[in-house]
Amino acid sequence: MSPTITTSSEANGNVSSATARAAASAAANAEEAGPQPVTMAKALNTAMADAMHADDSVLVFGEDVGMLGGVFRITDGLMKTFGEQRCFDTPLAESGIVGMAVGMAINGMRPVIEMQFDAFAYPAFEQIVSHVAKMHNRTKGRVKLPMVIRVPYAGGIGGVEHHCDSSESYYAHTAGLKVYTPATVADAYRMLREAIDSDDPVMFMEPKKLYWSKDLVDLDALRAEYGRQADGREATEGRAAVARSGTDATLIAYGPSVPTALAAAAAAAEEGRSLEVIDIRTIVPFDDATVAASVRKTGRAVVIAEAHGFASVSSEIVARIQERCFHYLAAPIRRVTGFDVPYPAPKLEHHYLPGVDRILDAVDDLQWED
Amino acid sequence: MTISADRSARGEMSGDQPAPEQAEATYLSGAAVDAVRKFGITAEDYMLPARHQIQMVDQEGNLKHHSEQGAEPGHEYPLPGDEELLAAYEQLVVGRRVNDQNSALVRQGRMAVYPSSHGQEACQIAAALCLAEGDWMFPTYRDAVAVMARGVDPIEAMTIFRGDWHGGYDPLKHKVGIQCTPLTTQLLHAVGVAHAAKLRGEDTVVLAMCGDGATSEGDFHEALNFAAVFHLPVIFFVQNNQYAISVPLAHQSVAPSLAHKAVGYGMAGERVDGNDVVALLAVLDRAVKLAREGSGPLLVEAHTYRMQAHTNADDATRYRQDTEVAQWVARDPLTRMKKYLTDKGVLDDGGDARIAEKAEAVATQLRTGLGEDVRVDPQDLFKHVFATPTPQLAQQSALLADELARDAAGAISEEETDK
Ligand SMILES: Cc1ncc(C[n+]2csc(CCOP(=O)(O)OP(=O)(O)O)c2C)c(N)n1
Ligand SMILES: [Mg+2]
Repeated sequence: MSPTITTSSEANGNVSSATARAAASAAANAEEAGPQPVTMAKALNTAMADAMHADDSVLVFGEDVGMLGGVFRITDGLMKTFGEQRCFDTPLAESGIVGMAVGMAINGMRPVIEMQFDAFAYPAFEQIVSHVAKMHNRTKGRVKLPMVIRVPYAGGIGGVEHHCDSSESYYAHTAGLKVYTPATVADAYRMLREAIDSDDPVMFMEPKKLYWSKDLVDLDALRAEYGRQADGREATEGRAAVARSGTDATLIAYGPSVPTALAAAAAAAEEGRSLEVIDIRTIVPFDDATVAASVRKTGRAVVIAEAHGFASVSSEIVARIQERCFHYLAAPIRRVTGFDVPYPAPKLEHHYLPGVDRILDAVDDLQWED
Repeated sequence: MTISADRSARGEMSGDQPAPEQAEATYLSGAAVDAVRKFGITAEDYMLPARHQIQMVDQEGNLKHHSEQGAEPGHEYPLPGDEELLAAYEQLVVGRRVNDQNSALVRQGRMAVYPSSHGQEACQIAAALCLAEGDWMFPTYRDAVAVMARGVDPIEAMTIFRGDWHGGYDPLKHKVGIQCTPLTTQLLHAVGVAHAAKLRGEDTVVLAMCGDGATSEGDFHEALNFAAVFHLPVIFFVQNNQYAISVPLAHQSVAPSLAHKAVGYGMAGERVDGNDVVALLAVLDRAVKLAREGSGPLLVEAHTYRMQAHTNADDATRYRQDTEVAQWVARDPLTRMKKYLTDKGVLDDGGDARIAEKAEAVATQLRTGLGEDVRVDPQDLFKHVFATPTPQLAQQSALLADELARDAAGAISEEETDK
C-alpha cells in the first residue's frame, strides 16, 4: 500500500499548491470581468457548486470528498458551503457508494458521487451494470436514476498501478449508461451541469491529467449560458465538437487525447498538412453525424485513444466510420491507441501513451498521393 | 440484544453508573442507551441477539410461557393483538395458496420460473405487515408473497416470472423495490432510500430482505456498515431457510448465528422462529418502532426452511434428505397459527371458510391472469433504456419496425398465394 500512499500524497502536494495558486489568482482577478485562466478542476468544482445552489436535491459524496475536498480537490469547499448533509464522506466501499446513490435517486435525490480513481470503481461494477444501467428499463421508465458517477480516469500523471486506467469502454459497452468525457475547461463546466440535470445516469469520465490545465474562460458567462438552457441553448450531449478545422484528414479523439491530437494537428500544419480535430465529448450518445461529415469531407481518418485498442471505444468509432463513409475513404482508417498491455509503470508510460509522433506517423500512412 | 446472565450480574456494571465501555459508546442512542441504563449492561451485550431464538407460539400451536419465549431484559416482546394476528393468518393462507398456485402454473408451462416461499410464509407476511404506509420494502426474487402482501397486484407481481418484462409493478407507487436477483445489491438501495428520507426529515422505515447464503456477499457487509455509520432506519431481515440453492448454511458462515453479525457493525441483532408469525410480528413490530424512533438500523434473522426446491429447475434430492424436510412439516407456520387462533376463539369455522374463499379468489385471479396470452410490444425494447433516448436506439427501433413490417407483408402475400 505504501507506494500508493506516497505517490498520491506527492500528487496531492502538487495539487494543493496548484489549488492555492489558482485560488490566489482567482482572488486577484475577482474584480476583473471577462475570460480568465481557469483550471478544469475549478470548472468542475464550480459546476457542482452551481448545481447545488440551483437544486437542494443535488448531493455530493464519496471517499475524502468532504473535509479534504477530494484527493484531487475537485469537491473543495462544497462541505463548508453546503453543510455535511449535502457533501459528505462515506465509509470506504465503492459498491456501497454507488448502491446507496441508487437508493437516494429512487427516493428523489440527485447524487453526484466520486470514485477516487478509475480502477477503484471496479468494486462498484455490479451496481453500475446491474442497477444503475438497468433500473429505468426494468421499471419501464417509472424509476429514473438521475445520478452522476464522476471517475478521474486515464494516465499521463506518472501514477502507480490502479491509478491510470482508461475504463470508459466498460461503461460505453453497457446499455443504459451515458458516458461523458470533457476535454476543455468550458466543456467540463457545461457537461457536468448537464450530467447533473440529466434524468439518465451519467458516467462522467474526468481526464485527470487535464485537471490542472488552464483555458481562458469566463465562468460567469458560462453560468449565464447554461441558465439559458430553456431558451434552446445547444446541449453538449450527443454533439461532438470540431476542435480544429482542417481539410486533409480527420483526427478523432476524446478526453485526455484531445490536446495531444491538437498538438499533432499543429505540428502537421507546419509540414503543410491541414488536419481537422473532432472532440467526441459524449461517447454515449455518440455523434455519428459530426464524425461522418468530417470524414466524408477529408476522406482520411485517425482515431486516437489512450485505452487499449482491442474491443474498445476506438474500435467502435472505426466501425461506425467504415459503415457510414466507406465510399469516401481514400485510405484505411488508422488507430493510435494504448498497447494491449496493463497500464505501465511510470517510467514506461510515455512509450504507451499515444503521442504526437505516433499520431503523425499514422497520418503519414494514410496513402497520400504526393 | 442479549444480556448474558454472567455479565449483567457483575456488580460494577449494574445501576445507573455507566461502565467504562458504555461511556465510550457515544454512538448509542434511544433504546440502547435506555437498556444500558436500565439493566446495567454493556452496549455490546445490548446489541448481541438473545441467547435463544424468540419463539412465542410453539409448533403445537400453544402460547409459551413468557419466561420460555427467549425474551431477556432489554428485549421484551409484547404479544401482538388478536386483530393483527387474525389479519396475519388470513394473509398466511393466501400466501400459501399463491405459492402453490404459482408452482402449478410453472409445471403447466404458463410461467417461466417461480422461486417458491412455501414454508416461509410467516416471514413473508410479517415483513409486509410490520411496515406502515409510506415505509419501503426491498425484496428478493423469493419474496413475491411479501410483495403481494404490501398491496401489489398479483399479476403485476408475477410479470417478472412470466417473462414479459423484468419488472411488472411501479416501485414508487407501492414503495416496494423490484424483486432483486443480484444477491444483496438491493440492501444498498434500501440504505439509500432511508438516507434520502432522513435528509428530508421524513420518518420512513425501510425493510431490506435477503437470504442466509446472501449474507456472504460483499454488499451485505457494505449495506450494514453504511446503515450503521449513517444511523439509518433500516431493518435488515434475513430469512435463514438453511440453504443457498444446494449449499447449507454451515458452508456460508461459522458465526454463532447470522444475527450475531449485527454487533460487528454496531447495531442490535435478534433471531426469531421464522415459522412463528406471532413472534415474527412481535420482533419486527418492535424493530420498526425502534427504527422510526431513531435508534438506527437493526438485523433480524428468522429461522425457517425452504420446503421446496430452490426453483422448479432445481433438484433438491441431490443435496438433502427427505427426512430432513419431513421434520419441518411439523413446524409449518400455518397449522400452528390455525390451532392457536382456534383455541383462543379468534378463529372459527365461519372465519376459516371466509379466508379459504379469499385465497381461492386470488388463485383464480392468478390462473386467469397468467393464462391470458399477453401481447408484448417489440418496440418496448427501445422505449425505456434512457429517459432521453439516443439516435442510435431510434435507428435500431426503425430497423426492427421495418423487419416486422416486411414479415407481416410476407405473411399476407403467402396467404394470397395459398388461395
Ligand atoms: C450475486 C449473485 N450471485 C449468484 C446468484 C445466483 N443465485 C441465485 S439465488 C442463490 C442462492 C441464494 O441463497 P439465499 O441467499 O440463502 O436465498 P434463498 O434462495 O435461499 O432464498 C444463488 C447462488 C445471484 N442471484 N446473485
Ligand atoms: Mg437460503
